[in-house]
Amino acid sequence: MVALAELIRSDIHAYLQARERQDLLRFITCGSVDDGKSTLIGRLLYDSGNVFQDHLEALRKTSVPLAQSQEAGAVQGGQAQGMAAGGEIDLAFLVDGLQSEREQGITIDVAHRYFATARRKFIIADCPGHVQYTRNMATGASTANLAIILIDARKGVLSQTRRHSFIVSLVGIRHAVIAVNKMDLVDHDQEVFERIAADYRTFAAGLGFTDLTLVPVSAKHGDNVVRRSAHMPWYQGPSILELLETVEVTDDVQLQALRFPVQYVNRPHLDFRGFAGTIVTGQVRRGDPVMVLPSKRTSRVKSIVTAAGELAEASAPEPVTLTLEDEIDISRGDMLVHPAEPAGLGTLMDARILWMGEMPLVPGKPYVFRTGTKYVRGTVVRIDYQIDVNTQEQHPAEMLPMNHIGQCRLHLNEPVAFDPYELSPKTGSFILIDAITNGTVGAGMIIRGVEVDAPEFVAEIDTGPVTNVVWHTHKVSKAERAGLKGQRPCIVWLTGLSGSGKSTLANALEQALWMRGHHTYLLDGDNVRHGLNKDLDFSDAGRVENIRRIGEVAKLMVDAGLIVITAFISPFKSERALVRSIVNDDEFLEVYVDAPLEVCEARDPKGLFRRARAGEIRQFTGIDSPYEPPDAPELRIQTGGESVEESLRSLLALLGARGILRGEK
Amino acid sequence: MKRLTHLQQLEAESIHILREVAAEFERPVMLYSIGKDSSVMLHLAMKAFHPGKPPFPLMHIDTTWKFREMIEFRDHETRRLGLDLIVYTNQEGLRAGINPFDHGSRKHTDVMKTEALKQALDKYRFDAAFGGARRDEEASRAKERIYSFRDRHHRWDPKNQRPELWNLYNGRINKGESIRVFPLSNWTELDVWHYIHVENIPVVPLYFAKERPVVERDGVLIMVDDNRMRLHPGEQPRMEMVRFRTLGCYPLTGAMQSTARTVPEILQEMLLAHTSERVGRVIDHDGAGSMEQKKREGYF
Repeated sequence: MVALAELIRSDIHAYLQARERQDLLRFITCGSVDDGKSTLIGRLLYDSGNVFQDHLEALRKTSVPLAQSQEAGAVQGGQAQGMAAGGEIDLAFLVDGLQSEREQGITIDVAHRYFATARRKFIIADCPGHVQYTRNMATGASTANLAIILIDARKGVLSQTRRHSFIVSLVGIRHAVIAVNKMDLVDHDQEVFERIAADYRTFAAGLGFTDLTLVPVSAKHGDNVVRRSAHMPWYQGPSILELLETVEVTDDVQLQALRFPVQYVNRPHLDFRGFAGTIVTGQVRRGDPVMVLPSKRTSRVKSIVTAAGELAEASAPEPVTLTLEDEIDISRGDMLVHPAEPAGLGTLMDARILWMGEMPLVPGKPYVFRTGTKYVRGTVVRIDYQIDVNTQEQHPAEMLPMNHIGQCRLHLNEPVAFDPYELSPKTGSFILIDAITNGTVGAGMIIRGVEVDAPEFVAEIDTGPVTNVVWHTHKVSKAERAGLKGQRPCIVWLTGLSGSGKSTLANALEQALWMRGHHTYLLDGDNVRHGLNKDLDFSDAGRVENIRRIGEVAKLMVDAGLIVITAFISPFKSERALVRSIVNDDEFLEVYVDAPLEVCEARDPKGLFRRARAGEIRQFTGIDSPYEPPDAPELRIQTGGESVEESLRSLLALLGARGILRGEK
Repeated sequence: MKRLTHLQQLEAESIHILREVAAEFERPVMLYSIGKDSSVMLHLAMKAFHPGKPPFPLMHIDTTWKFREMIEFRDHETRRLGLDLIVYTNQEGLRAGINPFDHGSRKHTDVMKTEALKQALDKYRFDAAFGGARRDEEASRAKERIYSFRDRHHRWDPKNQRPELWNLYNGRINKGESIRVFPLSNWTELDVWHYIHVENIPVVPLYFAKERPVVERDGVLIMVDDNRMRLHPGEQPRMEMVRFRTLGCYPLTGAMQSTARTVPEILQEMLLAHTSERVGRVIDHDGAGSMEQKKREGYF
């Protein structure tokens, strides 16, 4: 460090020439606040002389001193003469970005940090570690070559460690550095470290890391982060920074064949037609034959154009513009390959998908897929299984909620060129975009292509919901409509006295269902009495007709695939039985919202009881008209003594038991 | 995979982003602030679309308080490169006489920069705007995406950003919404200067040390660039050897004492100084977390 400062002072040109040769390493850090992740990054920046004076000053102003503040003198940066000792600074604050997060004391998003040493420039994607931030971690990992995974030495390998390691391996990172942190709190005990290292290696054997190193560290005191530790002479390996400076990543991508997704057709004038893009794998030479996917037309490379002049050859990851010998139709979204080593091409593929949307991934629902430079519509045909991020166990699944990972089969509306992600992440990855909100809702990694005429797929076309073939040959069935929504339709029929809590409960239920991604509709007095049934009075005949119509509308909605919730007093057994009779047995769930008359009358939300008692309203249920309680409702809820939340829980439990509710898993 | 240097890798990533946006959006524009980052961004755009020109115009939001040398440089560069330039000023703000002296940096920036930018984006119906911001500049920038989504009111919602995986940017928007794009997201200040050095990119001469007339205000050296500068009673501009680390409105931009007259000398000074560049920007000091607040409101 000192030598470097001296070189900068004495010969800046020599320094700049050396710096120009530096390469770049992108890495991710995984762990939670409790593991000391921010402290580790802060330590890396600080001890490698990458913290600016004014940032340090700003920190001093904003940081809350830790209860056990750093030992004075323990923190002395390599170039930190000019800086006051970091004794009162929480180094974690160097990396905690947004105001709101700083207030909450957590890291909720991916933050990027930059630092350099004499050998390399580094980009850190700093990711939060809790399970609800699985998607953020995958985001940060997607552009990284190496992962630092933190383990608290006092706790060892936890399900969190397994989750982080799994996500990191899922996105194809091959270099893992396991920082066993807080060694100072276990007396720098070698045995503790060795036990954790053995546990971890056993667990990680199947994860596909080609390069795995465990390092005992204390981020708080700087041991083995930048400098080797004096407290742990038993550890002979490299510090974290030494690993970062020396790891070799240029051979991580296995595919050697040319892949050139066309980004932009450059036509500045009539005599020039170039195809601009980045070579994502392999290389291209002037005169090479190329094939265009998906059209499979072929030509030869006429020139490789860059602003610095024409090239005889170019390699990944260089951006270039290619011109071809022949005038063939090529547009953005196409891919140029070598004819002898083409990419896969097709509409069907198996992939692992990490779901990021608030609404779950539902098979059959159309999404927009983006792979390479192409956008294409398609669906997830089926979810083969879901993978538990903590245990890596496989479970059957009907849908994927946020932060869940599943192995799925995709069906795209037009053929795309692709490679298995394992061989080539840039041509084997895709994102899923919600066609309505335009939000990015999923990330996928292609495992393999599937032939369209494979027998298993033909079978799926005959039965499954994907069937853009079948749609033209027969009527869409009730089951298919429901299948597209990924749910079992039904009527949840709430009956009970005025003031018993039907509307409150119905609204809470609809909201809970909507949050789980269900398609619902709530029928109540407000939207029925004012429109469809405004011609009906409150006589017995009017009431019966009212309920009959509501029953028919609810039936149509069930037919359309919806979960219908109704909230009407519906006092008579016979009319409720009538509704039950027009739908299938398992589609009518009668829920008796039972509250004593005194309770309802005391609540009297609309003042109706008062007016009935005063004689302003005649034939009011419970006062001068009878209520016939159900004999065998699917559920009876006593709202007199329990909260809305408790009632809602019973309702959801009923729907869960009937296989209607989408669970969290 | 070929081993590229870090500058080559950063360049490749930026060119990829520039081409993506040009291909995906109907009406992109490059926000050209005339500073060093804009110079680098423009240079990258020239490379990305060679042998053609960048298929989008440049736009400068002119608060009318920029250094004179910036305006000269802007006009000279765009003429030299043969590019379309839109210059936009908030006319209401101008008529109301908004200025940094009477209204303070916060109000002046709100009206003449943030508001002006929103007006211009609406007027020309741009659906994508390139900016030269870098993630290393400031904490709230560190979490911003490369494609940063803005709603109809140009607002940024840091809690609701689209996940950005691999280099698969999601450019889908509805009518009236837009994307701010930051091709230099992963560059640091040092990278920018080093690249300027390696590629020999022209920058505004104000970045190089020279004797300039300055006054000292609250410990900040302010250059007296024209006779609109309000001098305090008895205050006399004095000649100092100074340069600027960032450029903006001259009454709001602090100069630093320096003797660095070349790019390598600037790099040398930076490497030995250990102060980050935004210190020279008065608007960052309006309060803790002030940049995040400005960005939510639509500031670039």
